[in-house]
Amino acid sequence: MDTRRPTPPPVIAPATLALLVSLLALVAASFYSLNIKWGELFTTSAVRSSMEFLQGFAPPEMAAPFLIRVAKGTLETLSMSALGTGIAFVIGLALALPASGRFGNIARAVVRLMLNVLRSIPELVWAVILLIAAGLGPFAGTLALAIHTSGVLGRLFADALENLPPADENTLRINGAGALNAFFYAALPQILPQLMSYTLYRWENNIRAAAILGIVGAGGLGQMLKYHLSLFQMQQAATVIIAMLLMITVVDAVSFWLRRRMTGN
Amino acid sequence: MKVSAVHPDPAWRGRVTATVVALLLLWPMLVASEFNPWILFDAQSLGATWDFLSGFFPPAHSSEFLMLMLEATWQTVAIATAGLALALLGAIPLTLLATESLSISQLETGRMRIAGAFVRQSARWLLVVLRSVPELVWALLLVRIVGLGPTAGVLAIALTYSGMLGKVYAEILESSEAHATEALLKNGSSRLSALFYGALPAAGSELVSYTTYRWECAIRGSVVMGFVGAGGIGQRMDESMKMLAGAEVSTILIIFVLLVAGADLVSTFLRKRLG
Repeated sequence: MDTRRPTPPPVIAPATLALLVSLLALVAASFYSLNIKWGELFTTSAVRSSMEFLQGFAPPEMAAPFLIRVAKGTLETLSMSALGTGIAFVIGLALALPASGRFGNIARAVVRLMLNVLRSIPELVWAVILLIAAGLGPFAGTLALAIHTSGVLGRLFADALENLPPADENTLRINGAGALNAFFYAALPQILPQLMSYTLYRWENNIRAAAILGIVGAGGLGQMLKYHLSLFQMQQAATVIIAMLLMITVVDAVSFWLRRRMTGN
Repeated sequence: MKVSAVHPDPAWRGRVTATVVALLLLWPMLVASEFNPWILFDAQSLGATWDFLSGFFPPAHSSEFLMLMLEATWQTVAIATAGLALALLGAIPLTLLATESLSISQLETGRMRIAGAFVRQSARWLLVVLRSVPELVWALLLVRIVGLGPTAGVLAIALTYSGMLGKVYAEILESSEAHATEALLKNGSSRLSALFYGALPAAGSELVSYTTYRWECAIRGSVVMGFVGAGGIGQRMDESMKMLAGAEVSTILIIFVLLVAGADLVSTFLRKRLG
């Protein structure tokens, strides 16, 4: 009788092992090439100077006039994010039509490539470029958010349109409705809830993004933070950071609550 | 005819109200964000934009500049990778502290011991604080502490991402199939072996795919942090922007789009292989 057992499968497949080793090599190469001086980070003088730096933040500035300016900055940040997302919704929808192949395959490929470029350059980089055309201030930030988000939403909207079964729209077309009417009465109402949920999700992201865009001069709380930090007014900077954290936390909580209400559990 | 007496759109009241409210809200927002598109078309701004954009073609391609870019691109990737590796060192212990499904006392009595609950809650708060401060703000502060250069970028990514990874890891572990973990814990296994033999096999692929996704985000983040002086390709772009060197900016943007696409490919590949 053959008593040999089949050999057990290896714990890790050789290919996976090779992959893990090369990942480790990548990490090692990163640390090696960055040449970080860990020793200097933890000398007593370095620790003392960073403690001094951190102690400069306390207590945060709480004078009423300054708080009002911070509140204005917060409103500016919220407006930038809302307007940027709103504009992106319109542009994204307009670009999603060709990107979903409604005007032929060439238009689809070209517009999709464009959406990829819009999307892969982050808001902050757009803001830096737009500062030349739109000048310092929240307007450049709004445009930067709008451009990047158009890329993101356009792609998502196009996918939603492509995944929609065409039967309803075709029925209207066959019965003599124009292309626009067919789109507005058959396609759009069906995908609208999905579009809205993508847009709200991006809005949430854009509020975070708008808070930091100002670091390159594009308005909002970030601009105040950069300004006070470069003047070494640490206590004012601390207030701005706290305002940022509060805003982000409140937005998170509201969106968590809304999502729970909407999905009904 | 009777029909004409009724408005053709039965929902018109709601629609009109919604539009009016939206317009009323829109106005203060336009004011607050100093929204004036005509500034884009004013002669001075058009001139400056044209001067800048006309430099875009051809992109800068001297071999010296490309070598510099290659180095900066590697630095960007290295900052993201090293930052994420450090973030894992912070996130894993915090995850183990924060995960509720690994609580023995909760399993036995339905309630956590007070000490355990306290440790768990403080771990959660630490994670919340770490990830609520945007990485760019960490970088801005760290540049002032450790000086200009990649160290600030690595530490900023490590801090923010340990918060994000820790939170999501704990969520994944808690929401995955808990049966094996519970069975192990009830039969007296230690929490560590319950983790290794129960929770990890159930949630492993999800954890890996989230980590690679975050690596992709870290690359984008490390580009952006260059603008506050944390090294890499972002810092190069900042310098080129300040000199209004359109040709260099256009090269950097092209590299940037390729880098993001490349990171996307690599992370899809990793997810497929390891997931």
